[in-house]
Amino acid sequence: MLRFLVNRLLNMIPLLIGITFLSFCVMSLVPGDYLSSLKLNPQISPEVIRQMEAQFGFDQPLLLRYGKWLWEALHLNFGVSLAFRVSVTELIAARALNTVILSASSMAFSWMLAIPIGIIVAVRQNSIWDRVLSFLAFLGMSVPNFFLAFLMMYLALKTGWFPIGGTFSVDYASLGGVDKIADRINHLILPVFVLGAAGMAGLMRLMRSQILEIKNADYVRTARAKGLSERIVIYKHVLRNALNPFVTMAGYSLANLLGGAALVEAVMNLQGLGLLLLDAVRSLDIYLVMGSVLMGAVLLLVGNLLADLALVAVDPRVDFSSISSQ
Amino acid sequence: MNAQATPAHVAGAEGRARAPLLSPLAREWRKASWPVRISALCLALFYFFAVASPFVAPYDPTLQYRGLPNCPPMGIRLAPPSKWSQGLLYTHPMTNVDPAARRYQTDRSRRVFIRLFHDGHLFTTAAQDPPFFIFGSDALGRDLFSRIVYGSRVSMFVGLIGVVISFALGVAVGALSGYVGGLTDNLIMRWCEIEMSLPSFYFLLALAAVIPSGMSTVATFFLIVAIMSFISWAGLARIIRGMAASVRSRPYVEAARALGASRARIILRHVVPSLLGYAIVASTLSIPGYILGESALSLLGLGIQEPAASWGNLLAQAQDVQSLGRYPWILAPGVFIFVAVMSFNFLGDHLRDRIDPSSATASFVPR
Repeated sequence: MLRFLVNRLLNMIPLLIGITFLSFCVMSLVPGDYLSSLKLNPQISPEVIRQMEAQFGFDQPLLLRYGKWLWEALHLNFGVSLAFRVSVTELIAARALNTVILSASSMAFSWMLAIPIGIIVAVRQNSIWDRVLSFLAFLGMSVPNFFLAFLMMYLALKTGWFPIGGTFSVDYASLGGVDKIADRINHLILPVFVLGAAGMAGLMRLMRSQILEIKNADYVRTARAKGLSERIVIYKHVLRNALNPFVTMAGYSLANLLGGAALVEAVMNLQGLGLLLLDAVRSLDIYLVMGSVLMGAVLLLVGNLLADLALVAVDPRVDFSSISSQ
Repeated sequence: MNAQATPAHVAGAEGRARAPLLSPLAREWRKASWPVRISALCLALFYFFAVASPFVAPYDPTLQYRGLPNCPPMGIRLAPPSKWSQGLLYTHPMTNVDPAARRYQTDRSRRVFIRLFHDGHLFTTAAQDPPFFIFGSDALGRDLFSRIVYGSRVSMFVGLIGVVISFALGVAVGALSGYVGGLTDNLIMRWCEIEMSLPSFYFLLALAAVIPSGMSTVATFFLIVAIMSFISWAGLARIIRGMAASVRSRPYVEAARALGASRARIILRHVVPSLLGYAIVASTLSIPGYILGESALSLLGLGIQEPAASWGNLLAQAQDVQSLGRYPWILAPGVFIFVAVMSFNFLGDHLRDRIDPSSATASFVPR
């Protein structure tokens, strides 16, 4: 186990360097950097720009700049956002909470609904419920989430039941403690539905197909032949064996927790990380982008590692040698 | 598939000889469920839109009817038989009663006849008549349906071309890596891991920001396709590599090696064909990703630029809440994206069941 962990962690180092270097190159490829838009602004004097140029090292070669960034990043200093003139860590931290609340609640929504529905539908294969729900799941998986976001915005506009986008109301600051929470929740309902719908449909289909695959296995037939009740067969024999891909999926979704919702945030005007990064990419705010890319990549790699560890813990058939030889 | 024909099908062999093109298609048609049939028809229709845009679109997609901005969709009416000499279908024109608020009223006293197969268009109105907006018009008074038809060129081909590129790269690199093994394999797989760990959507945005704004639509289109293929080939290569590595020790490959076949020949004639079934299914199911990627980029203003149309940039106007509330018909392109994506999903799912029945139930497209 220790050897496996050390191996995986060592493997991450070249991966992270590769990812950040590739991103750094792409951001530097862009014709004109952030400063070129400042240069067009007559209110900013050439001295200030020259000073900024020296400070951020835009006149230096690419490799040197990347080396500098990497060195600073190793000391947990991710630089300063060019547009906001605030440290990247601070900016990300300020937005992260909104995005985590949004993603976590939409994940909870989709997992908690999808898994029981998937089980019910698979157990009653080819019933009317199975057909209707499977068809709906297909629709849910195919609807682009930005389109669903537009539809929900339209619904909010026409019915007035929900706030029209935004993270909280205009008078949020003047509200009392309980009202603040209620206001937040009210603003979360539609985005959570939009983000959760596609995930829910996918998870439900996965659960259904997993159970259908296992339902006819020999050990399930044996369990039935032993005279176990259908309940125990499903919960103890089928379900436990169907869970493996979900453990892997949970690991993957750790990376989506921060920044998987950029388009929906843009359409519904939610002040989250996705929107921040979207603006950063568009305005070529290189250090902000690099900080977010690094964070996303670390989360993805750590998520995969955690998923593998959990898989070993959950499934006695999987051990460390079978994972590392993949 | 012919090789697997059961005795019942052997009887049909003579029929197949007589009509070689139609019967396999007809057989596939009979085996498909109704959602798959509808999906195939929708896709055929959309590709027809894309190929024959000037014929299907009633108007020039860039022609601005200045007096009719944000005009609502107009209904089609059947003319009474006495008027059939003038035209079968007609619509009541809309008049802009309040140009500032863009409010319209249907003018029931007038009839504008819709000419079918007139002037090189499937349907259009005569030049002196007011235009007929079946899905309404946009903020500049351009016919939304015509723009959707021209936009289908981008959206329908972005997936096809993108898949061909990433498919070719993925199968070639994956098969090579899996069959050759060793250091080559190791290096290629490390590279794929890097690409797969990139936050793909933001990477796509950053690369799209590299595209100079003055480029022609065609060049922008191909750059977007190239960027998306570059991001997505690695995943395919990894899976293909795993399959190729397992094929490597199969008896028929060892037999070929024993007979002295060269490495290139074994890869091209024995390894690649055994992976094609999977690759075809995987690429059909990955087409929606390209369509959605292009739409997202264009929606955010980083993809296809005005005045050219794509289904994504047509939706950009809906980002303005005021417009969305007052002119909901601007969401029509989104319905087209939805239907296209769903059709590819249904078709891919069906193809998987047909090509590899053993994996029939394992269907999940991660988004």
